[in-house]
Amino acid sequence: MEGDERMSKAIEEKLYLIRYKADDKSHLIIRNQDACLNCPTKECNFFCPADVYEWDAEGNVTTVAYENCIECGTCRLACPAYNIEWVYPKGGHGITYRFG
Amino acid sequence: MADERFDVVVVGAGPAGAAAALVAARGGLKVALIERGEYPGAKNTFGGVLYRKQIEQLIPEFWKTAPLERTIVEQRLWLLARESTVSVSFRDDRFINPPNCWTGQRSKFDQWFAAQAEAAGGVPIYETGVTDVVVEDGKVVGVITDREDGELRANVVIIADGVNSLLGKRLQAHREWQPDQVSLAVKEVIALPKEKIQDRFNLDKNEGCTIELVGETMGMAGLGFLYTNTDTLSLGVGVMVSDLKRLKVKPYEVLNGLKQHPMVRRLIDGGEVKEYAGHLIPEGGFTAMPPLAGDGWMICGDAAQMVNAVHREGTNLAVESGRLAGEAAIQAHFAEDYTSASLQEYATAVRKSIIHKDLKKYKGLHGLLSFPDSDKLFGQLPQAVNDALFDFLSVDGAPKRDKQKLAFRKLEKVAGGRMDLVRMALKGWRAMNG
Repeated sequence: MEGDERMSKAIEEKLYLIRYKADDKSHLIIRNQDACLNCPTKECNFFCPADVYEWDAEGNVTTVAYENCIECGTCRLACPAYNIEWVYPKGGHGITYRFG
Repeated sequence: MADERFDVVVVGAGPAGAAAALVAARGGLKVALIERGEYPGAKNTFGGVLYRKQIEQLIPEFWKTAPLERTIVEQRLWLLARESTVSVSFRDDRFINPPNCWTGQRSKFDQWFAAQAEAAGGVPIYETGVTDVVVEDGKVVGVITDREDGELRANVVIIADGVNSLLGKRLQAHREWQPDQVSLAVKEVIALPKEKIQDRFNLDKNEGCTIELVGETMGMAGLGFLYTNTDTLSLGVGVMVSDLKRLKVKPYEVLNGLKQHPMVRRLIDGGEVKEYAGHLIPEGGFTAMPPLAGDGWMICGDAAQMVNAVHREGTNLAVESGRLAGEAAIQAHFAEDYTSASLQEYATAVRKSIIHKDLKKYKGLHGLLSFPDSDKLFGQLPQAVNDALFDFLSVDGAPKRDKQKLAFRKLEKVAGGRMDLVRMALKGWRAMNG
């Protein structure tokens, strides 16, 4: 049914509904890419509600789509190696919820 | 900015910060209210219920002017299994006058609430991040913002910067939260015509209904919720971050799963998703609360883990703590004493308040939520209860006596035996009555 199709949106479509004002500088920094290379679980690829982190197997790096960040802070606490330097986006930047 | 000096700087214009700023400004203090969002509430989200009591203490009959959604007259609890639900609900018209609680939207409510603080004389400094506190001789004497020349001096800094309290951490008021002390909630706001909402949930014009969902969180400790707003529904689910890590599940997949559940699907059918949001919820409870005050500073709301997850209360506790911090700031101002000893008045007031009493009651809950008990409580048990009722209510020729035996056996099996079932019940009771 049409309604159902609309309801099961892919994450890209979900994020598209949020108003962002991205800073040109990332507020999420991977402290040490070697730690990611040696990380057996790569949990950040799963627990992030905005799919910000993705392991790039060819380049051997964790890519960070900080523009998609919804500022929940999960990665700050949940990275097993505390390898993500997490600060808030600059004042006035980042997400703006219309409903909240 | 650097030349300006305030009596109080409040960091964060959510309910805790706005309440603190409102009270301090009314007390005649010069107050700055700093918010990193475009407007207060721009970064905030919650399940969706605002309670009357704590806000009313600050603004009598606020519901006549505040942006609220529906007055909650009915509260339901659903114990979900794969295809069924056991439902408990309570409805009472006494919840209407005076209202007990409403559904609300934080981007609207927080803006309105912070505007009350502005009207009382609080100086809004929005679209401004606070990057650090200024400490001199062991005392907090101001904050550093991300604006140029952005140092702001004050006698008292009230920290209300939410669950990711980088300032609280900076002051070492608390150590970093552990993944089993926070849950991650994701939520969608789904538009649906008013009449449809009213028909589907059995509501009159401005009446509202909440449904708490237990089960179907893939065995993770967590709760779902489905609340009625005026012409939208809020559907969300929060699960413990430690469980997300353990199972490597994407949080929005749990939400997508709930949306497909036969009991949920028919309530949201035809709706249009308007917004997706995610936020951490402090779940550490009583034992995770940090020291609440030190030399020149106090900490309120989510930043101090003030959330009662059992009763989905948090915004009201934030307002309460903000009010108490604002009052302590006024006392400190007139005593001209901003030391830890003076500001402990705030910690004492919190101890006497509902915040402390309620969080203390549930202090054992945190232990109950850890794996493998979480898998039993949020996965196997709801399924077993549903299966037991399905059998019990199916008329298929088997005598009721046998059905009852079978039902108990199903529950025992989940617990691991009859004694374990008793043990689990006792553990649950103690957790809820610490």
